[in-house]
Amino acid sequence: MTIPATLQGRAWVWPDNVNTDIIIPFRFKARTNDPVEMAKYAMYGFDPEFYKKVKQGDLFVAGRNFGGGSSREQAPVAIKYAGVAAVVAESFARIFYRNSFAIGLPALEVPGISNEVKQFEELEVNVENWSVKRLRDGRVFQALKVPGFLRNLMREGGLVEYYKRHKTFPWEQLQTAAATA
Amino acid sequence: MSKTILSDESLTFAEKVIGMRAQSNNRPLSPGEITVLPVDMAMAQDSTGPLAIKVFEEMGVGKVWDPSRIHLVIDHTYPAADEKVAKLHILMRAFAKKHGVRLVEGSISHQHLLENHVVPGMVLFGADSHTCQGGAVGAFATGVGSSEMAGLWATGKLWVRVPETIRVNITGEFKKGVYARDLISHFIGMVGEDGGNYMSLEWKGPAVRTLSIASRACVSNNSMECGCKLSIFEVDALTQEYFRSVGRESIQEVHAGLKATYKDTHDVELGKLEPEVAEPGNVDKVKSVDELEGTPIDQSFIGSSTNGRVEDLVVAAKILKGHRVKTGSRCIVTPASRQVFEYAISNGLAETFLQSGAVFTNATCGACVGTHLGALGENEVCISSSPRNYTGRMGATSAKIYLASPATCAASAIEGKIADPRKYL
Ligand code: SF4
Repeated sequence: MTIPATLQGRAWVWPDNVNTDIIIPFRFKARTNDPVEMAKYAMYGFDPEFYKKVKQGDLFVAGRNFGGGSSREQAPVAIKYAGVAAVVAESFARIFYRNSFAIGLPALEVPGISNEVKQFEELEVNVENWSVKRLRDGRVFQALKVPGFLRNLMREGGLVEYYKRHKTFPWEQLQTAAATA
Repeated sequence: MSKTILSDESLTFAEKVIGMRAQSNNRPLSPGEITVLPVDMAMAQDSTGPLAIKVFEEMGVGKVWDPSRIHLVIDHTYPAADEKVAKLHILMRAFAKKHGVRLVEGSISHQHLLENHVVPGMVLFGADSHTCQGGAVGAFATGVGSSEMAGLWATGKLWVRVPETIRVNITGEFKKGVYARDLISHFIGMVGEDGGNYMSLEWKGPAVRTLSIASRACVSNNSMECGCKLSIFEVDALTQEYFRSVGRESIQEVHAGLKATYKDTHDVELGKLEPEVAEPGNVDKVKSVDELEGTPIDQSFIGSSTNGRVEDLVVAAKILKGHRVKTGSRCIVTPASRQVFEYAISNGLAETFLQSGAVFTNATCGACVGTHLGALGENEVCISSSPRNYTGRMGATSAKIYLASPATCAASAIEGKIADPRKYL
């Protein structure tokens, strides 16, 4: 499952410090291993009905420190399986950020973005040149740079898909690359 | 080569460990650089482990890299609160049996590892954000998610980004009724909930030696609440004495260089701290107890990996002794490990809790994540020594959680409202 270069959709706009307890409460995520079930509780802390309202291909735009708190990978998994194609934020909390790449959810850091996008505004996220376009006026916002191996990992759908295809993990190449560089 | 890195005065703790241990190079790396680190120990618990197991099996890797270095800990909802949890526990037990990895049941992972496995210089990755607690004894310990944990089980290594480092210089002495938890709450309030995102914290200054290993563990554990990757207390005489007493040996003592470059330095004078309370919703909305005194509570929770150690329960028992938990409110005391539980039984603490009308439970995460043994209902208010007060953390979305030290939680239990622990000491 390769992620296409451009992802167009409407944006849900969230505030700063959306933590993983809000994204998916523990009592739900710790009782299932099924991503489709997890998706039913996505954004539960803000709106228990979110999963009924979200549409396939929607996007997230958030403020600072998106995904803070717990290491629960169920947070990006719930967002992804709810249908959200990419998350754009001013910044991400460390583990959420790693998890997003590891499960194949595009996560782009764009400082200043949360003041530039209105709820349900149409955007186009480009995961090839790592930018976000606001469709109303065509303005392009460049995301902060990310190492190539992480973007490849994400484009290929995350660690499971990556390993199945290459029979190796991205950091194993990284080591070789660093050693020969 | 790595010897030069170890004695290089220009490097922080994190830069030294990564520089020495990363396989792909023998040169010190700078913040922002990415490399691959061989891992000494990996841990997953019962809310991250089952997903890691599923991912590992979907990948079709087959074998784990080294079963003796992998811990599966059933601690979040122990024993299982319902059939769904039980099913995931069964999955963990079956995986442990199949691959011969270590299985631990009924102690909180971070405390179990501290009591039995973590040593200075160890590289420890855990599928739990509070794994950074290992920094209390000079370990390079940090949290990751389930898929990366599965990849780590397969390879024994993981990619890391070299973090920038913040130095916290602590001086002075705590006043009566003020503890390590108040120090770290105050610090989170100072820097904000993402003030340490992706960074390493180094705790320095003359007051460090006055903090017990348990107090350091509380600080390192709760440092996660400003988003940090590592929270380090370097090895000192107290750490050495601790390891002698438990009969474990360091992998390597790593000390930050005297001329290391820090992104920021903060000074905290312990004598200026009060019992601190974080208001519901964000860990960084921290006030001194007198500003919130009198707020009615339905429940007081004393426990969690942050504050469920012997020294925490001793203080709580001292305050509760001879008092009753206020009628109409509940007090739940949950030790962090079986070892702490046994100590509480054989040293009369459990008796004090029961006589006061508190509920004394087995070791589990339990109420901290609203999974069992103290979940909150609609609009209930709790004061808790656990690390997080986020919306819905302990149950209902409308419930409110205040965070405080075990002493403040115990005093509040007596009054049924937020109370200053100093009047009971
Ligand atoms: S007690 Fe709370 S913070 Fe600590 S490991 Fe358990 S769930 Fe996490």
